[in-house]
Amino acid sequence: MDIQFVLYKLALAGIILLVSLVIAMYATLAERKVAGFFQDRLGPNRAGTFGLLQPVADGVKLFMKEEFMPATADKFLYLLGPCLTMLVALLSSAVIPWGKSINIGGVDYSLQVADINIGVLYVFAVVSIGVYGVMIGGWASNNKYALMGAVRAASQMISYELAMSMSIVTIVMTTGSLSLNEIVAQQPGIHWNVWTQPIGFLVFTICVFAECNRAPFDLPECETELIGGYHTEYSSMKLGFYLFSEYINMFIASAMISSLYFGGYNFPFINDLGLSQNVLTLLGTGIFFCKIGVFIFLFMWIRWTLPRFRYDQLMRFGWKTLLPLAIANVILTGFFHLLFKN
Amino acid sequence: MFSIYLFIFLSVVALFSALKVLLSKKPIHSVLYMTLTFFTLAGHYILLNAQFLAVVHVIVYAGAIMVLFLFTMMLLNLNLEGEFSKSTLMKIVAVIAGGLLFLVLIASLKSFDVATVGTPELTQIGLVKNLGNILYKDYLLPFELSSILFLSAMVGAVMLGKKD
Repeated sequence: MDIQFVLYKLALAGIILLVSLVIAMYATLAERKVAGFFQDRLGPNRAGTFGLLQPVADGVKLFMKEEFMPATADKFLYLLGPCLTMLVALLSSAVIPWGKSINIGGVDYSLQVADINIGVLYVFAVVSIGVYGVMIGGWASNNKYALMGAVRAASQMISYELAMSMSIVTIVMTTGSLSLNEIVAQQPGIHWNVWTQPIGFLVFTICVFAECNRAPFDLPECETELIGGYHTEYSSMKLGFYLFSEYINMFIASAMISSLYFGGYNFPFINDLGLSQNVLTLLGTGIFFCKIGVFIFLFMWIRWTLPRFRYDQLMRFGWKTLLPLAIANVILTGFFHLLFKN
Repeated sequence: MFSIYLFIFLSVVALFSALKVLLSKKPIHSVLYMTLTFFTLAGHYILLNAQFLAVVHVIVYAGAIMVLFLFTMMLLNLNLEGEFSKSTLMKIVAVIAGGLLFLVLIASLKSFDVATVGTPELTQIGLVKNLGNILYKDYLLPFELSSILFLSAMVGAVMLGKKD
């Protein structure tokens, strides 16, 4: 492991961190613009042209707000909650292949921070510890509504995690690899997994919505019943961390959907363009971000279209519809794989 | 060389958090320190080149079992201090029982011949591909039997949890 390699990986991780933060920042603006469009209003347009400075204004506002901590709160855990949520939101970006490799001076530089051969399992692990930030924050606030929100969040995330893992299992079965890089590499051109795994894609997308706590699954913060759910007692930038990590989660989730089911950086006619490797890589990365943008829009589209589920409906849907569907999909995929691939 | 430093760091954190599990006053803190211990153990597995074991360790213990612990602790609200005050007799009995268990552990470790572990970079058994091959070729029957055991445990839990 030479020093150049380490420096390159560190720089790449830094760039990905910055890109995630900037995209999440502008996703907040996009969300409000989309909401305005869906509700026939203009959305924010005062700060800067088209409201482009609105995220900055929001950030400044959150920083200037009064820091408040409930007197009965568990001080350390109260601080740990938002930090943990933010950390976990950023963790899974390490295994996503953002593009092919770039060749500089005869050395290939992969646009993936860590090509570990258990990439999919790593994502499972990150998702499964994602619940800690919400639970710790909700409990440490020492507020009944916050605790209810935290308990709801935990049970929702645990329930939908199962169906999500089951839907990725089919991808692993057909690809024969747990490495995300390999999964993306096996979807060249337009041979995307979504054509062979439509049920898996549907289940996975719905579960991702639930894991991100996005409407119609935003019961953990359900303001009509629970005031603000697990972040009721939070203010200032600590609240900002919770809200912001939702957008980072959305960005990473969109990247996961695109790379698992929509070919990641692959696009049709990739080899007919006659361009050099570096240009193709950059083009692929651009296409990947376009796909991510489409899914972020899908997140917003659904949020401003569908009403929220009731809690029992949510649980019934997760356990009695999605999980059996995902298991049936695994069995069907195994069946077809045995019949037609050999 | 770098991995030695990592090993020392992980071991120190593991021992510290394991002690804190016992010494913390609040049950929630104990649970969270236990989660930290599991993470450091996962780090040790990675140092031994057993990536699959490490990540499954995190998924199962940190992601599922400890969340369940946390869940129960929160709902029971065991936050009040002094709720666990025991009588002097109970304390003495606990010390004697714990000490005897400790003695048994020491005795069993004393007669245990520590196997020399080869260089972890060379043992490729922990990688998911090799592990899968071995599990599904050499140990297929035990593997399937244990999965049936798990399934029956799950079904039993659901049966016991039913209201009527």
